[in-house]
Amino acid sequence: MIGEAGRAGSRPPTPTSRGGLAAQVTVRRGAFVLDAQVSARAGEVLAVLGPNGSGKTTLLRALAGLLALDDGRIAVDAASNGDAASSDGTDSADNPPDGVWDEPATHRFVPAVERRVGLVFQDYRLFPHLSVLDNVAFAARARGARRAPARQVAAGWLERFGLADLAARRPGALSGGQAQRVALARALASEPRLLLLDEPLAALDARTRLEIRSELRQHLADFPGPTLVVTHDPLEALVLADRILVLEEGRVVQDGAPALVARRPATEYVARLMGLNLYTGSLTDRATHRVDLDGGGTLYAAGHDLGDPGDPGDARVITSAGGRLLVVVAPSAIALHTRAPDAGSPRNVWTGTVTGIELLTDRVRVAVEGRPSALVDITPAAVADLELATGRPVWLTAKATEITAYPDPGRAPLVL
Amino acid sequence: MPWPLAVPAAVGVAFLLLPLAGLLLRAPWPHLPEALADAGVVSALRLSLLCATAATAVSLVLGVPLAWLLARVRGRTAGALRALVTLPLVFPPVVGGVALLMALGRKGVAGRYLDAWFGLTLPFTTLGVIVAETFVAMPFLVITVEGALRSADQGLEEAAATLGSRPFATFRRVTLPLIAPSLVAGSVLCWARALGEFGATITFAGNFPGTTQTMPLAIYNALESDPDGAIALSLVLLAVSVAVLALLRDRWLRPGTTV
Repeated sequence: MIGEAGRAGSRPPTPTSRGGLAAQVTVRRGAFVLDAQVSARAGEVLAVLGPNGSGKTTLLRALAGLLALDDGRIAVDAASNGDAASSDGTDSADNPPDGVWDEPATHRFVPAVERRVGLVFQDYRLFPHLSVLDNVAFAARARGARRAPARQVAAGWLERFGLADLAARRPGALSGGQAQRVALARALASEPRLLLLDEPLAALDARTRLEIRSELRQHLADFPGPTLVVTHDPLEALVLADRILVLEEGRVVQDGAPALVARRPATEYVARLMGLNLYTGSLTDRATHRVDLDGGGTLYAAGHDLGDPGDPGDARVITSAGGRLLVVVAPSAIALHTRAPDAGSPRNVWTGTVTGIELLTDRVRVAVEGRPSALVDITPAAVADLELATGRPVWLTAKATEITAYPDPGRAPLVL
Repeated sequence: MPWPLAVPAAVGVAFLLLPLAGLLLRAPWPHLPEALADAGVVSALRLSLLCATAATAVSLVLGVPLAWLLARVRGRTAGALRALVTLPLVFPPVVGGVALLMALGRKGVAGRYLDAWFGLTLPFTTLGVIVAETFVAMPFLVITVEGALRSADQGLEEAAATLGSRPFATFRRVTLPLIAPSLVAGSVLCWARALGEFGATITFAGNFPGTTQTMPLAIYNALESDPDGAIALSLVLLAVSVAVLALLRDRWLRPGTTV
């Protein structure tokens, strides 16, 4: 488990599964360098999560063949099972038998036209002069199918997406949600080996997003090949993906199961997205699980994470005294007091000053400055009871079992 | 409205409309048919329409790919190329005609081979009229279409590529339909310029009734001997231009469409 939370780049290249994607993507753009190892099995949905400018879109463009690699390799296993990639028989001609799409070292570059990649652009990019039906039939026509059969197949896709009524419309007359569906239908109708979605829900309003998200999940589950969903919305990543890869400044900082990424964020950015307090520190006493934090303060971290105490990795975390650790505490695991708590309270007790109070939907998030500083979630009633206000001194308490420590993959790669 | 703008604007309107009014006021309305018949309007008009249309067709075939090249190729070479091919826009047409004679004339740089190998002579033939008009008018089409291609959404071309469409198919099935309004606008500009072409035509193709005497040349001829005929011919040319523009304006050149 801990290995999965580590940097993907430190692992050897993943062997390609049948129909899977294995890529080492290196693209240099002036001072910006994207250097990411990405893999996805057939049928797997990988979310690529990252802030703006982290290289998410560059990664997608490189995989699609709209941008050539400067170094590395992109391969999609040609012997794909069931992705129907070749009803028209052009496949073997288009794709090299070893499935390598881009490898500067061997001067291999298969252009986008020949890759069979379904790319759903953030702004959809539907052809404005063609009807919805002809947009979806476009790929078949481009590969030489005659109009009537191409339209017949496209009509089947529209049916499946509940878009049959809109077949004759021009994209300009579609709502955002409808355009999103058409864009996905058009990409899937091209019978891709690899499906790429760039911020698929970003252009939608909140209500439509909710509706399309569950629908999208279904369609992605039906797609037999690997899927990459680029997003900056953690919820989207958690809901849609089987695995999450976090990209920051062109590098993979975390690659693991959604539950793992959500509970054991590898960086500040991920922790903030997941709404967790994250600290770096060193283990100073293995018996008491004492961690001295870099920013000042001490926490006793005895929490098992992910309900998997049997994982040998977990024991290793706490026994490697002096090791660099990340310590994560959920805002809801911390309690606030206006008086010094009684003896017998949790082992972690420290003081701080309230610097901000923000009402979330059903709770209040209190920012407290101290050693360490923390975000604390309490009920609106508690805010009133404690007479909390900015500037007020408070005591913070947290049970040691609610605090989890694990090796910092960014600073001291742990070899298991 | 501030007067420093209003007064020059009014003078501008008068300046542009006065000649038109003069033409209409001095027109020999009662005996217009005879005046037209005398001036040999039918053959000149037919030749004008034929040559302008042919020049536009040639401009489309050569100019659209050229516009695509200019819009897509980057770098200093492309900039220089753009400046050179649009030179005829600011070239005095007579100079263009002389240049054409030097290049394609019977003794010209390339013309001698056309003559020797294919027995093809361009100067002083109807074909020569088309060549002269194309030379002068094609840049209008090229710059209009290039502008449209440059501002056309290249994202759609990328989308087409990911859907397996090869570049030329994408050009035909996505790009061209998207720039259709500009294509029509460019063709109209080109056609209008070709229809009014005088300097290059008279220099390169001469002024022979029936073969190279287009409307503008016929008007020029008539002006010396038969002023009424010249006015009548001018009116016809004016009517044709206005009619074509009006027809296309309704269909294609609506305000707001990309040109």
